[in-house]
Amino acid sequence: MTAFVEVTRLGRSFDVSKPWLNRVIERLPRRRLVAVSDVSFQIEEGAVYALVGESGSGKSTIGRMLAGLMTPSEGAVRVAGSDLHADSGARKTARIQMIFQDPYASLNPRWRVRRIICEPMVVTGGETEGLAERLLEQVGLSAEDADKFPHEFSGGQRQRICIARALAANPRLIICDEPTSALDVSVQAQVLNLMSDLRDELGLTYMFISHDLTVVRHMADRIGVLYLGRLMEEATPAQLFTRPRHPYTQMLLAAAPLIDGRTRDIDLPRGEVPDPISPPPGCAFNPRCPFAVELCRKQRPELRDVDGVRVACHLAEQIGTPPAP
Amino acid sequence: MTPPVLSVRNLVVAIPSRAGVSRPVNNISYDIAQGEILGVVGESGAGKSMAGNAVIGLLDRPAHIASGEVWLNGRRIDNLGPEELRRIRGRQIGMVFQDPLTSLNPLLRIGDQLTETIREHLPMTAAQARDRAVAALEEVGIPAAAERLNSYPHEFSGGMRQRVVIALALCAEPSLVIADEPTTALDVSVQAQIIALLKRLCRDRGTAVMLVTHDMGVIAEAADRVAVMYAGRLAELGPVRSVINTPRHPYADGLMGAMPSLAVGQRRLRQIPGAMPRPMNIPSGCAFSPRCPRAADKCRIDPPPTLGDDPKGRAACWFPMEHPA
Repeated sequence: MTAFVEVTRLGRSFDVSKPWLNRVIERLPRRRLVAVSDVSFQIEEGAVYALVGESGSGKSTIGRMLAGLMTPSEGAVRVAGSDLHADSGARKTARIQMIFQDPYASLNPRWRVRRIICEPMVVTGGETEGLAERLLEQVGLSAEDADKFPHEFSGGQRQRICIARALAANPRLIICDEPTSALDVSVQAQVLNLMSDLRDELGLTYMFISHDLTVVRHMADRIGVLYLGRLMEEATPAQLFTRPRHPYTQMLLAAAPLIDGRTRDIDLPRGEVPDPISPPPGCAFNPRCPFAVELCRKQRPELRDVDGVRVACHLAEQIGTPPAP
Repeated sequence: MTPPVLSVRNLVVAIPSRAGVSRPVNNISYDIAQGEILGVVGESGAGKSMAGNAVIGLLDRPAHIASGEVWLNGRRIDNLGPEELRRIRGRQIGMVFQDPLTSLNPLLRIGDQLTETIREHLPMTAAQARDRAVAALEEVGIPAAAERLNSYPHEFSGGMRQRVVIALALCAEPSLVIADEPTTALDVSVQAQIIALLKRLCRDRGTAVMLVTHDMGVIAEAADRVAVMYAGRLAELGPVRSVINTPRHPYADGLMGAMPSLAVGQRRLRQIPGAMPRPMNIPSGCAFSPRCPRAADKCRIDPPPTLGDDPKGRAACWFPMEHPA
């Protein structure tokens, strides 16, 4: 059986060179920023796949390529069996929608809520009569809100409108790019619960992008950990949080503040994320890795299976895992 | 017992407007002892930043302190003039803000910014101030500190910049540091480094810290005591472990229940219905009563007991929650 979403050796680089005149006069070479490099994963239908990573890890770039908002430089995205970027009809049949981080920036302030919500249906040419009212009630707002403007709503309510808009065109896959990062904890809980309910009711597939490990642990069926545009580890939440395999995942889990009522003495993370324009050779994590050996500086590790977990580390078998937090 | 470094008594911040007077900070009292880290946590609009800014006299007009007292090391500072306050800021109260890029002057070398601050507050020659600046940068863990004096803020990474801001806040050895969301703009791995740094410096010097943040995880890692704010008032004030594990105020309890990290294995997060009231129409009685599952008639009429008057009181609630031991 093939998966609903199939991402194979996906890569994307950006040209960040100076203008050509500067390059000629200052004798500068072209500079390329590799945002995503050789990322492969699959999402089953009805599952929640989460990508976590720090800033600059390429998680939003992958999300945009999956939504068809950006073309990959290498590799392919197949949704429901057809290539999203090669086959022009694929984007319509795949029915992908997106929810963005900032509910203040992602709603047109001059449009009424009704028009915002119906827009995806208008574009695809469907029936919009009563659609906005039905969807508003589905996401926990009232039908009368359809005639209001976005500024009349709070952050959490706006994110509900964004979700209603995403649902308008009967999507099969929703890409959520940090959907709750701009929200307060109590509102975040409301939105996350709503997203879980909608998934159960409508059989949606979510691609969930976040930097917040606790949110990801709560929502995801499978988690991919990204670092400098590369997939470092992929596992279920249970596997990832009880026995992280990759040294980077171990570092992330140790660094994340935990509200467990215990004071912990942890080894602090070393250094910061390097410049993606000139990533270190070999494994991208090797300058910060406490286990790095010569091989890690020379050869980039492939993502491989270790006890049912996919890890990109030369030493995955040898590295002792710290006791579960 | 030594007197507290900072003592705030019945502080009210008022903003008059055409529609009436709103009170974003309403009758709060708390102390911070030497070497203690007090976490102030709340959702957006709870008045936590305003409470911090009021202490250092950085309220933007027309907001002003309407009543109450602020005592720093036994001296009343809320009624001082702007010139005297300016001398206290930096010398006796250091400040760390959320965005390290906007709290540094982009046009000045960081060495100049540090020596300017040091010479403003301490009687030192340029050479002495320079040595002190190098020592301050070394203390916050910036490698090759003497050379980095000549760097501009944009030449540092986000985490390094926040270290510079901390060096700047601590260079005149203040007795109190107000840190307003110091790690919100940073990645988790860097956040852990900055929290550890702040904790170490304050412990070594006995500096009192007011740590304002929306992130309960940061509070759990760093703070000794925590004040939970809701709609401009203190809902609960107590030792951090007790408030997290056995919250007494229904709002604090709801907030803990909404955290994904505390709900491991649960299908749904507990959510607080509704949203925080706007400062212009705060309900009478207890501000939380419309959203509170335990609210009785008394809660809608009588404001709950104020925290701080009674040193044993932890929750501003008529019916605090009991937790069987």
